[in-house]
Amino acid sequence: MIPTRLRRLAAALLMLLVTSLVIFLAIEAAPGDPAEIMLGTSAQADTLAALRSQLGLDRPLMVRYAAWLGGVVTGDLGQSYTYGVPVAGLIAERMLVTLPLTLMATVLAVVVSVPLGVMAAARPGRAGDGLASVFAQMGIAVPNFWIGLLLILGFALKLRWFPTGGFPGWGDAGIGAIRSLVLPAIALAIPQAAVLTRVTRAAVLDIASEDFVRTARAKGLSRRRALWRHVVPNALLPVVTMLGLQIPFLISGAVLVENVFNLPGIGTLAYQALSQRDLIVVQNVVLLFAVIVLVVNAGTDALYARLDPRLRGRA
Amino acid sequence: MSRWHISLILGGVITVLVAGAALVSRIWTPADPTAMDIMARLQAPNAAHWFGTDQIGRDVLSIIMAGAWTSLGIAVVATAIGGALGTLLGVTAAARGGRTERLVMSLNGVLFAFPPILSAILLGALLGPGAVTAITAIGCFMVPVFARISRAAAIQNWARDYIAAARMAGKSDARITAEHVLPNIMPQIIVQLAIQTGLAILSEAGLSFLGMGVSPPTPSWGRMLSESQTFLGSAPHLVLAPGLAIAITVLGLNLLGDGLRDLTDPRRGQRA
Repeated sequence: MIPTRLRRLAAALLMLLVTSLVIFLAIEAAPGDPAEIMLGTSAQADTLAALRSQLGLDRPLMVRYAAWLGGVVTGDLGQSYTYGVPVAGLIAERMLVTLPLTLMATVLAVVVSVPLGVMAAARPGRAGDGLASVFAQMGIAVPNFWIGLLLILGFALKLRWFPTGGFPGWGDAGIGAIRSLVLPAIALAIPQAAVLTRVTRAAVLDIASEDFVRTARAKGLSRRRALWRHVVPNALLPVVTMLGLQIPFLISGAVLVENVFNLPGIGTLAYQALSQRDLIVVQNVVLLFAVIVLVVNAGTDALYARLDPRLRGRA
Repeated sequence: MSRWHISLILGGVITVLVAGAALVSRIWTPADPTAMDIMARLQAPNAAHWFGTDQIGRDVLSIIMAGAWTSLGIAVVATAIGGALGTLLGVTAAARGGRTERLVMSLNGVLFAFPPILSAILLGALLGPGAVTAITAIGCFMVPVFARISRAAAIQNWARDYIAAARMAGKSDARITAEHVLPNIMPQIIVQLAIQTGLAILSEAGLSFLGMGVSPPTPSWGRMLSESQTFLGSAPHLVLAPGLAIAITVLGLNLLGDGLRDLTDPRRGQRA
């Protein structure tokens, strides 16, 4: 048991290290001198040199990489070149938008897709199944930022139920904040829900044909009870896996949807930092996203092994 | 008519129509997609301009057709590169096993941590926006997808008797892979190519929406949507046309992929 877990942990750490190195080298190779960005192109050569040495940019490559990694571990991510504030604080502040947004979208997607998928699989080939499969096909095909634009058109510009964009902050009991996150969360949730509906339907159909379900039915359990007591709990395994695999798409989606609704989240931060060539922010945000994907994937694998006793102890 | 027939035919027809529109746009569009006509700006769909005109009076239908070439082009090239590299890695991992396999899987994990938008942001810092950035960003994310699928499929094949026979005949791993494994896993790869091209279209649209795709004046569906935001209230047709173009294209490719999968895997076809 322990060697397997340790080996996995070591592999995950190595992957994190490689990922961070890739990001660091890409940003290093990118054109643009941070000191020049901060001071402007008309700055004196000796002033630039002084700032470079103050930022530690005159140190060798590997020393800077190690210093960055050390900073990541201790939470000191350096100063933003354009805002002049600590990057860690900037990220934390923006997280207050992105985290609730992605959480709301995920909850919404699960709440819609699991019942829909179960309903579709309970009566395959009937109207409900047809409806679910149309939703699944459409939901996968439409870009979430387009859904966002349509939602603004319908629910913000025409009906005026929600704001067209922007974020008022978490004051005022958070009502304004929640209101401005509803439409973006729906836009982000629809493609997720489509994928999860498909997975739930397939998983329920798969489990329903297993012997233990037949046994449960033979013992006199009604169709409905067998479905909810025995089939659905087992079918949730692949759904959990898919939730983990969808994280990269959730992150990409958040960058786009935040842009559509003008939300000050992490996605907008990364995008703005890129256009302002605030590369230290880009570097840290990209690392943060990559780490989230890697950790969630490792977590999903571990959870999967826990939920499915047959996989325990397997690499 | 069974379900996969419908998927295959509908998906095939949509895909052929979109690809046809993209090809036709190279020699003919209803109007010049770059020709401005300020007097005719922001017109709703009418007899002269079926999809209306944009903020500087260009014909939206013509831009959509020309945009199909851009979107499909980037998506197909990115998927082809990612698919070829991923499949190569996958079958190599399956053939060699051991350390090679672990290395490939770790590389997969790292590549999978970079969704297209993230790599585009990183590559954007390095190379600036453009077709090369978009293709590389999308293609990189395809590699682990194809590597995983082809490895799983190839491993199943390596356990079969005819491979053992080929081995006893003295064929090398590489030759067995090329002559026996690859042809056998090709159906699964082709299905994925269709589905992943659809995802690539979505990624490309997202990248050009953020201004990280092809640069103007090359038409692109994503940038049309980005530009339409300003006129959301006054000219909603500008939002509808490119969005529908993306959705229909992706839907077609997904249906095609589903239909092909059920066609090549009879077991699934019966159950669906």
